Amino acid sequence: MNRPIRGVAVVSLLMMLALMLNLSVAYVAQTDYFYNRPENRRVTDARFGQDRGAIMVGNTPIAKSSEVSDRFLFQRSYPSGELYAPVTGYYAYLYGASGLEGSYSAELAGQDNSQFLSRLINLASGARPKGGTVETTISAKAQKAAWKALDGRKGAVVAIDYKTGAIKALVTSPSYDPNKLATHDLVDSTKAWNQLTTDADKPMANRATKEIYPPGSTFKLVTTAAALENGASPEDSIDGSSYKLPGSTKVINACAGGKITLAQALKVSCNPAFARLGVAVGDAALREQAEKFGFGSKYLPEIGSAASRFPDELDPAQTAMSAIGEFEVAASPLQMAMVSAAIANDGVAMEPYLVQRVLDSDLRVVSQTSPRKRTQAVSATTAGQLKQMMVQVVEGGTGYRAQIPGVTVGGKTGTANSDNKRRPYAWFTAWADDPSVAVCVFVEDAEMASSEIAGGRVSAPIAKAVIEALR
Amino acid sequence: MDGVVSYRKRRGVEAFMLGFSILLAMAGYLLTHLNRDASLPPLWPVALITLGGVGVGLHLVIRWRIPYADPLILPLVMLLNGLGLAMIHRLDLDDLKAPHSAELQLTWLFVAAAACIAVIVFLRDYRVLQRYPYLLFLAGMTLLMLPMVPGLGKEKNGAQIWIQLGNYSFQPAELAKLVLTIAFASYLVEKREVLALAGGRVLGLDLPRPRDLGPILVMWLVSLAVLVFQKDLGTSLLFFGLFVVMLYVATEKPSWPILGTAMFGAGAFGAYLMFGHVQTRVSAWLDPFSNYDRNYQVIQAQFGIAWGGIFGTGWGLGRPDITPLPKTDFIAAALGEEIGITGLITIVMIYAVIVARAFRAALGAKDPFGKLLAAGLGFVFAIQVFAIIGGVTRLLPLTGLTTPFMSQGGSSLVTNWIMIGLLLVITHQVRRPAAVVAAMPMASLEGDTTELIDVSPLMATPRPAAPPELLIPEGSPDDQTGQLPTIDADQPTGPIPATGPISTSDETAEIARPDQDEATTWDATDTEVRP
Repeated sequence: MNRPIRGVAVVSLLMMLALMLNLSVAYVAQTDYFYNRPENRRVTDARFGQDRGAIMVGNTPIAKSSEVSDRFLFQRSYPSGELYAPVTGYYAYLYGASGLEGSYSAELAGQDNSQFLSRLINLASGARPKGGTVETTISAKAQKAAWKALDGRKGAVVAIDYKTGAIKALVTSPSYDPNKLATHDLVDSTKAWNQLTTDADKPMANRATKEIYPPGSTFKLVTTAAALENGASPEDSIDGSSYKLPGSTKVINACAGGKITLAQALKVSCNPAFARLGVAVGDAALREQAEKFGFGSKYLPEIGSAASRFPDELDPAQTAMSAIGEFEVAASPLQMAMVSAAIANDGVAMEPYLVQRVLDSDLRVVSQTSPRKRTQAVSATTAGQLKQMMVQVVEGGTGYRAQIPGVTVGGKTGTANSDNKRRPYAWFTAWADDPSVAVCVFVEDAEMASSEIAGGRVSAPIAKAVIEALR
Repeated sequence: MDGVVSYRKRRGVEAFMLGFSILLAMAGYLLTHLNRDASLPPLWPVALITLGGVGVGLHLVIRWRIPYADPLILPLVMLLNGLGLAMIHRLDLDDLKAPHSAELQLTWLFVAAAACIAVIVFLRDYRVLQRYPYLLFLAGMTLLMLPMVPGLGKEKNGAQIWIQLGNYSFQPAELAKLVLTIAFASYLVEKREVLALAGGRVLGLDLPRPRDLGPILVMWLVSLAVLVFQKDLGTSLLFFGLFVVMLYVATEKPSWPILGTAMFGAGAFGAYLMFGHVQTRVSAWLDPFSNYDRNYQVIQAQFGIAWGGIFGTGWGLGRPDITPLPKTDFIAAALGEEIGITGLITIVMIYAVIVARAFRAALGAKDPFGKLLAAGLGFVFAIQVFAIIGGVTRLLPLTGLTTPFMSQGGSSLVTNWIMIGLLLVITHQVRRPAAVVAAMPMASLEGDTTELIDVSPLMATPRPAAPPELLIPEGSPDDQTGQLPTIDADQPTGPIPATGPISTSDETAEIARPDQDEATTWDATDTEVRP
C-alpha cells in the first residue's frame, strides 16, 4: 500500500503548494487592482485617516488635521468653517471631498507624484507620512471684510488682484460649516448633510462661482466695450428717451428727455440708451465681446465654476434686453469681477487662480502658480476710456457709495429685476487703482423695493469695505 | 537488528517545541494589545497558564500512554490552535455583538483536549475501530444527510451544512468526516482484495469489475446530493475525494482515482449546468465583482488580504472585521490581513507538515487498517485546508468548511482534536520498538521494507503463516507502560491488546464481526479465506 500512499502524499502536498503559489501570485500581482476598487473601504478609510496637510490663508490654516484617538486617527477641522467653506470645501467620510480638499486631495495627503521624493525619504526614515500644505491667494482681511459687510444676506463677493489674477476674496452667503460634515460621528455627519442639502437657502451653493444670475446693468460695461471697440467714443450721444422694443409691445422707460453721451448714460445707467446701443452694435458683436471677457468659459478648476452665458440667436428685441443684462444673459459674480479686472488691467484678462503654492511636508515648494494672461479682452485705449467712465460712475453716479478718499475707484451698479415676483438682484462691480483689485458684489435678496439704484445702495458699500480692507 | 529503524521517543523535542508554539500564540495575543492599546492585557498570565496547561496536560498524557508518538504533531496543532485563538480574541475586540468568542473557544479547547486525551488513554489500540464498518458508515451517512432534513437543517452563508438543535447549531459534516474515515478504512481493509481485481482494460488502464462499482456509485450519489442540496462543493469534494483516495490506497489501482476524478468532474459539471445556485457560486469565484452585494464577503476577504500585503498590517492593526464571519469561515482571510501573505503561507506549511506526518505514519504502519486510517486522516486535513483556504483566496469556489483548529466552532475543534488523538496513537504504534518480535528470525525474512519490525509476518502477502507460538508475546515490552492484556481486558469495548501480535492467526475467523473478541483482524485482508 505504500506506493499509493506516496502518491496521495504528493498530491496533498501539491494542493498545499497550489495554495501557497496562488497566495503569492494572486495578491502580489493584484494588490493595485484591489486597492483601486472604489468599494475598498480599507483603502478609502486609510486615505480618510491620513495626516493631511493644511490649507493656508496667509499664515493661518483654514483647514487642518489633528490627531484623535478614534479609528481614523486624524480629524479634519476648519477653524473658520463658514467663512472659507467655498474655498476649502469639505472632507467627509460619507460624502467625499469638495473644493480644494477635493482638487488638491493628493497633494494634501502627500500622495501626489510631485511629492514622491519626500515620500521616499519618509519611507526610508520610518517617519509617518505627512501631507503637503496648500497656500491660497486669499487675503484674510478682505475675506472677513466681505463676510462682515454681507452680514448674512444671500449673496457673494469676489475680489481679484487684476494684475495677476489671484483671487483675494471669495465669499458666499449663507454658508455652511464643513466641520459638521467632516465629523467622525457619522450619524451627525449624515444629519448635517441632510439638513444642508434640503435647506431652502441652499447654503452649500457656491454663489460666487457656481451660480449664474442675470447681471443687470453691470452688463452695460460689456455693451459699452463692444461699442467702443467698434468705433464708438464716450462722447457719442445716444437717445435716452423711452424705447419701444422692435417687434414687441414692451417699452423701456426713458432716463432722459433726449440725447445723452455714452459716458453719461453709463454714469446714470440709462436703460433705453444701452438697449439702442446694443441693437446698433448687434448681437454678434455683443457676444464676441462677452466671450472675450470670459463668458462661456469656466475658470478656477480647483473649486469649479459655472460658465456665464450670453444667449445665441437673438432677434433685435432680445438683443436690446440682453444689452442691459436681462433676457437670458446670466453671469457669475466671478465673471463680473473679471470684467472689471480686465478693464482695470488695460484690457488684459488674467487667468484667475486660488492656489499660490503647494509645499510638501518638509516645506519644499513642489508647485507654484505664476500669473498667466488669458485674453486681450479690449484694447488698451478702450480700457482707458472705460476706466474713466467707471470712475465717473463712482464719483458722481450710481456708485457713489463706493468712494474711498485717496483711492481711485471705478465701478458699475446693477439691479436685475426682470422678474417682479422676487426682490431684485443687487450688483456692483468695481476696481481700485491701489490696491490693484477688482471686486464684484452680488446680493441675491436685496431686502428693499425694486429700484434702479439697489446695486449702488446695497452692494457698493460692501465693495468699498473689501477694497479698504486690502489697503 | 539490521534493517530495523528504531525510533527515539523525542518527547523532549516535543516539550520544547510545544513551549515555542505557545509562545508564538501568546505573541499574537500580546502584540494585538500592544499594537492597539500600547499595554499588555491584564489577563495575560491567565491566558498563558491556561494555554500552557492544555499543552502540558496533553504532553504528559502522551508521555504516559503513547511515549513514541510523533513529536511534531502536538506542537504544530497547538500552534495553529493558539494562533486561531489569538485571532478570534483580536476579532472580539472589534465585535460588539459577540465580544467573548475567544473565551468560548478556549472552553471548547478544553473539551477538545479532553476528548483527545480520552482517545489516547482508552484507545491505545485503534484496531477496535475496525469492527463496525457498516454501522459507522450508516452513522456517517446519517450525519452527512442530517442538514437536508427539513426543519433540522439550516442554511448559513449560502450552504446548508448546519443543523439547529434549540439554539445550538452544529456542523454534522465535521463529525461525519471522522466517522466516515474510520468506516472507509475498516470497510476497505475487508474488501480491498476484491476491489483490486481487474475488470476490463481500457486505454491501458485496468478498470474495476462492474460489479464492484457499487460503493463508489453510492459515494458519488451522496456527494452529488451534498453538492446540490447542501450547496457545498467543499463538503462534497471532501467526502468523495476521501473515499476515492482511500480506495486507491487500499487497492493500489490507479484506475480508481482516475475513474473517481472523472465521475466527480462530470457530476460537478452537470450540477453546474442544472442548478442556479451552483452557477452563482462559480461566478462568485471567477468574477466576484460581477455582483458586489452578493459576493460582498469574498470580495472583502480579497481586499483584506491585499491590504495586509506581504507582511501584513500587524496584529490588531488591520480591518478583518469588515469581512463577514471573520472568526469562522474567513479566519484565514483575517490572518492573511494581519500577518500577511507570509504568515498565511506559513500556516499552510504547518498544515502541510501535519499532513506529511500523517502520511509518514501511514507508510510506517504495520497493519492495513492503520495505514488506511492514517492516510485517510492525513488526506482529510489536506483536502479540508485546500478547500477552505483555496475558497477564501479564490483558488476554488468558496465552501463552508472550517479551517481546522483555527475557526471558531466547537464541533469542528473537538472532531479535529479526536482525529489528532487517533493519529498520535497510530504514530505511537508505528514508532515504538518491538524488541521481542524483532529479534525473531521470521522478522528478518520480512525485511523488504524498512519499517518492518514486529507485525510484518502477519501483514505479509499470503504465505505459510508463522507458527502461532512464535507470535505469542512472551511478556510486555520494556517501553510499555504496564499494558498487559489483562489490564485492557476489562474495558467495555473489549479492545485488542496493543502489545504487538497477539493474534492466534486463526485465518478462518469471520472478519469484523462485533462479537469477536480477540485480534483476529490482523491479517484478515491478506487471506481471502471466507466461510
